Amino acid sequence: MLWVDKHRPHALDKFAHANVSTAEHLKRLVADGDCPHLLFYGVSGAGKKTLALAVLREIFGPGVEKVKVEGKTWKIEQGERKIEVELTTMSSNYHVEMNPSDAGNKDRYVVQEVIKEMAKSRPIDAAGNQGFKGAFYLTLVDNLSKEAQHGLRRTMEKYSQACRLVLVCNSVSKVLDAVRSRCLPIRVAAPSTTEVEALLHDVAKREKLTLPPELAGRVAAHSERNMRRALLSLEACRAHQYPFTPDQVVQGTDWEAYVAQIANEILQEQSPKRLLQIRGRLYELLVNCIPPELIMKKLARELCRKIDVELKHEVAKHAAFFERRLAEGSKAIIHMEAFIAKFMAVYKKYIIASFG
Amino acid sequence: MASSSSVPWVEKYRPRKIGDVSHQEEVVRTLQKALETANMPHMLFYGPPGTGKTTCALAICRQLYGPDLFKSRVLELNASDERGISVVRNKIKGFASTAVGQAVPGYPCPPYKILILDEADSMTTDAQSALRRTMETHSKVTRFFILCNYVSRIIEPIASRCAKFRFKPLGSEVMSDRLKHIAEREGLTLGEGVYDAAAKHSGGDMRKAITLLQSSARLFGAKELTGEDIIAVAGAIAEDDVAELLDLCGKNAFDRAIGKLDVMLRDGFPGLQILTQFADAVTNSENCSDGVKARICLAAAEADKALIDGSDDSLQLGAVVSVACLAMSGK
Repeated sequence: MLWVDKHRPHALDKFAHANVSTAEHLKRLVADGDCPHLLFYGVSGAGKKTLALAVLREIFGPGVEKVKVEGKTWKIEQGERKIEVELTTMSSNYHVEMNPSDAGNKDRYVVQEVIKEMAKSRPIDAAGNQGFKGAFYLTLVDNLSKEAQHGLRRTMEKYSQACRLVLVCNSVSKVLDAVRSRCLPIRVAAPSTTEVEALLHDVAKREKLTLPPELAGRVAAHSERNMRRALLSLEACRAHQYPFTPDQVVQGTDWEAYVAQIANEILQEQSPKRLLQIRGRLYELLVNCIPPELIMKKLARELCRKIDVELKHEVAKHAAFFERRLAEGSKAIIHMEAFIAKFMAVYKKYIIASFG
Repeated sequence: MASSSSVPWVEKYRPRKIGDVSHQEEVVRTLQKALETANMPHMLFYGPPGTGKTTCALAICRQLYGPDLFKSRVLELNASDERGISVVRNKIKGFASTAVGQAVPGYPCPPYKILILDEADSMTTDAQSALRRTMETHSKVTRFFILCNYVSRIIEPIASRCAKFRFKPLGSEVMSDRLKHIAEREGLTLGEGVYDAAAKHSGGDMRKAITLLQSSARLFGAKELTGEDIIAVAGAIAEDDVAELLDLCGKNAFDRAIGKLDVMLRDGFPGLQILTQFADAVTNSENCSDGVKARICLAAAEADKALIDGSDDSLQLGAVVSVACLAMSGK
């Protein structure tokens, strides 16, 4: 088992490093065994999922942890058309966990039909829970289409007697106002670097490892306040070399190193030939399922690190412009390439102007 | 079966009588008159969310018909109901054309029914046009209440058939009174900053203010609330942080400003919220000239649209901060 899962706090009172006060508030909130619909939002690795599962456990008891994974095909009759939706869910006796955006553009039907059906048909097997029968735990609601979110809005009101929705998302800006106002929003802040450090020491102690403070500091700094990432890189360090040395290399993810390399190449030479080489590299990143927005973000940041202030403004402007096109358009590679070409032109002009 | 604590306070404390509706004197006066004479035209209520449009419409129906007749005389349709053109042709027409039954004693019970079309601006133009003739032919037995946020989205022929009333956003005093009333009933003690915070972060929307109050009461589980609790639940950023970001832009310290922005985003604040508060801070700032403010606001508007279309928070906000840095240092 990965350390991330092994050392995940399971109960609300076990939160020791991050989100301590949030966990306390939640504990009070669900004290009488009921809660409003919840919406957890925050960056990844901040502990949203952990908090959500802990809340469910607090309400229903340890039975929540006995989950089974189910892949099922739902047949939905929409007038004359028949639609089949395949969806993988993880469920216990008390809750169902699913990611409706997996269903792609059919997510609307998942929200409307599947949730409706399950909300109606769930048996009343929870003896201690008269208030409501179960909880749906939906991840990444921000990836849902607008229609699906509208559908969610109705579902939330209609079945609020029978079930509670626990929604988790990264960017609350992409969630409709109407959905947001029906939930109790809970902001999950990423832990500070010192909190991450404390967490690393704690995990090391439980794994019976000696962790030099310098290394812990560097792993924490490298994680960018992301707990999942910090634990994964600590585990990678462990696999790489043990006993730890204070000056051990903290390995970043491959793709980030790769993007940094692309940034270097752009700064070395600005020519159509170089652009062609970079296209190959971008394709490689894309086939490995790195989301294009993430590549753009990382690339812009890497470029910003190595250039003059005036150019940073240019990067900020063009990155925003092409990222927006990327979100609206359908072929990511075109917009990423356009951004790089634009930057190359701006950079070359700047170099010629300043050095002749 | 739901425990009393889960009833939304918005529903629990919705005014039941026209007279209880605060801040909308003009509308209240007209509706009171209508109650006395039991006669009224078609109505069009428009105004921002949470100003009492639905409350007024429901209250007058309740006062006109009483609880017994309410079900048969009033039909309420809102955006969550299907309202395509076929519904207008069948359901609405069906309801509008039926004759009224016997009156019950004790209430005015005028000889017409009321059809409330809530959130009417989300109806299609076709559906609205289909409504025109229905409104006229059945005006003897049916009055229409059309409720919307933007009167410009209601087609002209419909608007001209109604008496129009504008609902204004609530001032902070009116809001404080109401919140005080609710807090007393719920046994809460409200600290000094609560009213200010609620008024500021709700933007004149009573529903939002009450929801904020209830959410913070539930989340913090305390009997005493402070302004900070309200701000925390509203997901707003502390004023100081926004001021610091603006200050960094003013000093043209682009890298540090971006760093600050990154901290805010990692703390989980939504991009739109940061953008709104930053734009507010810019417009209220005394250090920038109007030209500079205009440039920054233009960039903010672009970023807002991009965010709503699903762009990435940090890149879009980075562009706004970049423009702010340049504009404030005169470049």
